[in-house]
Amino acid sequence: MSTVDEHEKDMPSEDSGGKGPPPPDPEQKNKATAYVIFFFFVGLIASLIVGWIIFPQLLYSQKEQPIDFNHALHNELVGDCASCHYFREDGTFSGVPDLWSCIDCHMDVQGEDPEEEKFVTEYVWEDREVPWLIYSKQPDCVFFSHAAHVLSGGMDCVTCHGHIGESEHSKVYQENRITGYSRDIWGRNISGFKRNSWDRMKMDDCADCHEEARDSATKDEPRAPVGRVIDNIIRVAFPGTYADNRGGSVQTQRGACFKCHK
Amino acid sequence: MKVGRRSFLSFIIGGAAGTALSPLPWKLTDDLSIWTQMWPWTPVPKDGAVSYAGSTCTLCPAGCGINVRMVDRRAVKIEGMEGHPINDGGICILGLSGLQLLYGPTRVKSPMKRAGNRGSGRWVSISWEEALEEVAGKLTEIRAQGRPEALAVFSGKRRGTVPALLSRFMTAFGSPNFVTAASTQDSYELALHRMQGVQAAAGLDLANTDFLLSFGSGILDGWGSPVRMFKAHSALKDGGGKLVQIEPRLSNTAAKADQWISIQPGTEAALAFGLAHVIILEKRYRTQFVSEYGGEFEEFRQMVMADYTPDKVAKITGIDPKTIVTLAREFSRSSAPLAVCGKGGGDTPGSMNEFFAVHALNALVGGINRPGGIWAVPEPGDFGWPDPEMDETAARGMQQDRLDGAGAPPYVATAALPNRFFEAVAGGKGYPLDALFVVESNPCFTEPDPETVKAAFSKIPFVVSFSSFMDETAQNADLILPNHVYLERYEDVPNPAGFNRPFVGLVQPVVDPQFNTRNVGDAVIALAQGVGDPVASAFGWDGYEACLEEAYPDQWDSLTSEGYWMAEDFDPAPWPEAFETASGKFEFVPEGLQRGYVPAEIAGEKGGFPLVLTPYDTMRISSGYVGNPPFMTKTVPAEVLKGKELLVELNPQTADQLGFSEGGRAVLTTPTGAANVRVHLYDGIMPGLVAMARGLGHTAYDKYLADKGTNVNRLIGPTADPVSGLNAAWGIRAKLTRA
Repeated sequence: MSTVDEHEKDMPSEDSGGKGPPPPDPEQKNKATAYVIFFFFVGLIASLIVGWIIFPQLLYSQKEQPIDFNHALHNELVGDCASCHYFREDGTFSGVPDLWSCIDCHMDVQGEDPEEEKFVTEYVWEDREVPWLIYSKQPDCVFFSHAAHVLSGGMDCVTCHGHIGESEHSKVYQENRITGYSRDIWGRNISGFKRNSWDRMKMDDCADCHEEARDSATKDEPRAPVGRVIDNIIRVAFPGTYADNRGGSVQTQRGACFKCHK
Repeated sequence: MKVGRRSFLSFIIGGAAGTALSPLPWKLTDDLSIWTQMWPWTPVPKDGAVSYAGSTCTLCPAGCGINVRMVDRRAVKIEGMEGHPINDGGICILGLSGLQLLYGPTRVKSPMKRAGNRGSGRWVSISWEEALEEVAGKLTEIRAQGRPEALAVFSGKRRGTVPALLSRFMTAFGSPNFVTAASTQDSYELALHRMQGVQAAAGLDLANTDFLLSFGSGILDGWGSPVRMFKAHSALKDGGGKLVQIEPRLSNTAAKADQWISIQPGTEAALAFGLAHVIILEKRYRTQFVSEYGGEFEEFRQMVMADYTPDKVAKITGIDPKTIVTLAREFSRSSAPLAVCGKGGGDTPGSMNEFFAVHALNALVGGINRPGGIWAVPEPGDFGWPDPEMDETAARGMQQDRLDGAGAPPYVATAALPNRFFEAVAGGKGYPLDALFVVESNPCFTEPDPETVKAAFSKIPFVVSFSSFMDETAQNADLILPNHVYLERYEDVPNPAGFNRPFVGLVQPVVDPQFNTRNVGDAVIALAQGVGDPVASAFGWDGYEACLEEAYPDQWDSLTSEGYWMAEDFDPAPWPEAFETASGKFEFVPEGLQRGYVPAEIAGEKGGFPLVLTPYDTMRISSGYVGNPPFMTKTVPAEVLKGKELLVELNPQTADQLGFSEGGRAVLTTPTGAANVRVHLYDGIMPGLVAMARGLGHTAYDKYLADKGTNVNRLIGPTADPVSGLNAAWGIRAKLTRA
């Protein structure tokens, strides 16, 4: 660590006149500057390593699914995603199938796969639901309707969920130690960049489509944006002229955040 | 190499720059914000398939249809069943809170055997096999001693297959002591029996009534079938009808009524006779009914003419004579007037004189078995079961007198006398009991003077409770064989309170049993098998479900598809066929009617007890077998329960005389007991009265209910009605002293 002497050496003395200490040795000064620069880079590189490499590894725990599930095999047999991940009669989405959906075929062990045997003996026969780890599980504070996106919007599963239907093994579930959610929500890429639409499932990724849809809807509207200002004035001055809450949330009767957030 | 201060700072700056250029701070910020949404105490409802399961509520005698919203196999909400003849989509606060009884902490989770002294709260969990074996062993022992009458059953219900199985068990076993809890319905049945000669329940044709005269019945305070009454009240108002409430307290019903008439409590019969006086004097009665079907009308006429002039009635009741005359005119002028009685929630029987008087009033205006009136609804049959075979022991046992004296003079027509039963056992009258079963009831809380009940328990060496909950009675039992709660079991609910058509509601399981419990019906069948022949041979069913289905062969399809069966085209017997009395007429002066004014007696002397304590019922407090679920207790206002202290209502005038101010602490003393209370000044209560909510003061159940307030039953002992023998106490003399 630095000492008082060094301090005095470093400090140019203002009132010393010509009698002050001798001018610093230029060689020593260069050496000190080099140290400063060197330590800057040590700090910089160390923190970059921590931030980019060590931190992501510490942040996520690795968990195996209770059963190694072969999507590709099942997809071949049943034909499409909706056979197992179906919409219920009331329009709600069933999500991960429960035991009831599986026992039609798996009342007994069918093949020679030890994973299937484990499933049948430990879960089906015990009437115990499989505690599947759900990669795409979102917080409860968000309204999300599969029906609106798939049935009305005509989106396919791959857009958000990727090619999971072609996987032969369940990938490792990386659980965020702080939030408890899967790494798939933030995305594999710790910096948050994505190449495919299914690489991330954060709010901004919803916005990718929704903003695009909004912009393209209003882009060609001749009244925008002046028309919108006039609309707003009319709305404030003569309440009731327009139907309430156009485009707002049905549940909360609000727009903006509360369209999706509870 | 010397590391200087500058180098260190440089290192820190470099680190900060590197951290800022890495995703760490941004990712951590995001994660922490999500983490704050994940507090463990934030409830997150489980996702799943939503469905509805229909059933019938059993939490009170109303028989409402319910639709339970399910998410996967979990019940998440109870709603009223749309289109149901009784509640048509409506539901009361107790029914709505039923899930807290299902999933709440007060359930008995498996058969339990007492480990310490009785009431010490020490239990060990045992298997059903052990439990049934123990009870069957005890029963076999009792029979071996040749004293089958030493077994008694106390059941909260009298109708339906479960009480029928219990009664059958008792007959085959050889004991006459099958005792059931009593309510307003029992008093009504006796009134119909004495005046019309029929064994029938009283049904009210509320849909066609245009003038409802209530003698203290809590039409909007939980009387009979609460949701049906609420709906009927709304329909009455919408149709321009009128509700007149006669009671000394401004209850919710009184507040919503078109007219509230405050009356000296206990003098309701006098008012009814006074109204009859005016109606007869002004010839406003239904002449055809009275002349053709009115038995002993002349005697009745003379009685009301002589003893119940408006002036005399005014003196007795404290109501202005003009009000009496106007009320009588309005009542008789209406096209379909209906008078009802049975105080508060209708959970207690009452003075037969009052029931006779009010029923006579209905007869005078021709309301018997007519639209908008009161109908005799036949009792459900005996399910077509062959009589159980009785061996010599059983036959001898059945010849013994019942301990409660019901069915024998002077109470020949009464089915059971719960108050007298506990008094007899506690007082050591008759023969001793060796065992008692308590089914779907909590007499250690609900019966008047529960101390007598507990004293009776102490005389019985073996008490078995079938309660689903650790209630006061279960706490005082030796063995608990827990019943499923209603959302887990099958059962039938025949003839709901006050419904005017033959009706059976079906209780169906909506969820799997949550714990190791069993339907009482199954337990009784298993016990019969355990005792062996000839008792076992009377219970040939594989289980309760099979027995239930067999009991309703013609109605089963409707029961399972609709959730209920109703005799749609039922019409009450027309007048020429309606009366099965000796004279074939409606008896205006039935056996047991007291002539001349005799006040309905209550215990205590006026000198030592200057006030009168009277209980009241409210929709927000469940006072029966089932205690308040936490949701309900949350709705009890601070004028009724403040913290753990109960407030009694006192008129400011009386409070002034006694020197009490709002919230003042007092000791309320009656001949039966004493309790610490606080005083709430209320203009809506008649001076001289102390009103106290019924249903608080549990010592059992969970922290949401236990030790809150005082049990009013503890302060009011029973008064036997001279005709029915049932408890007719509407209050008790009391005094309030400063604490």
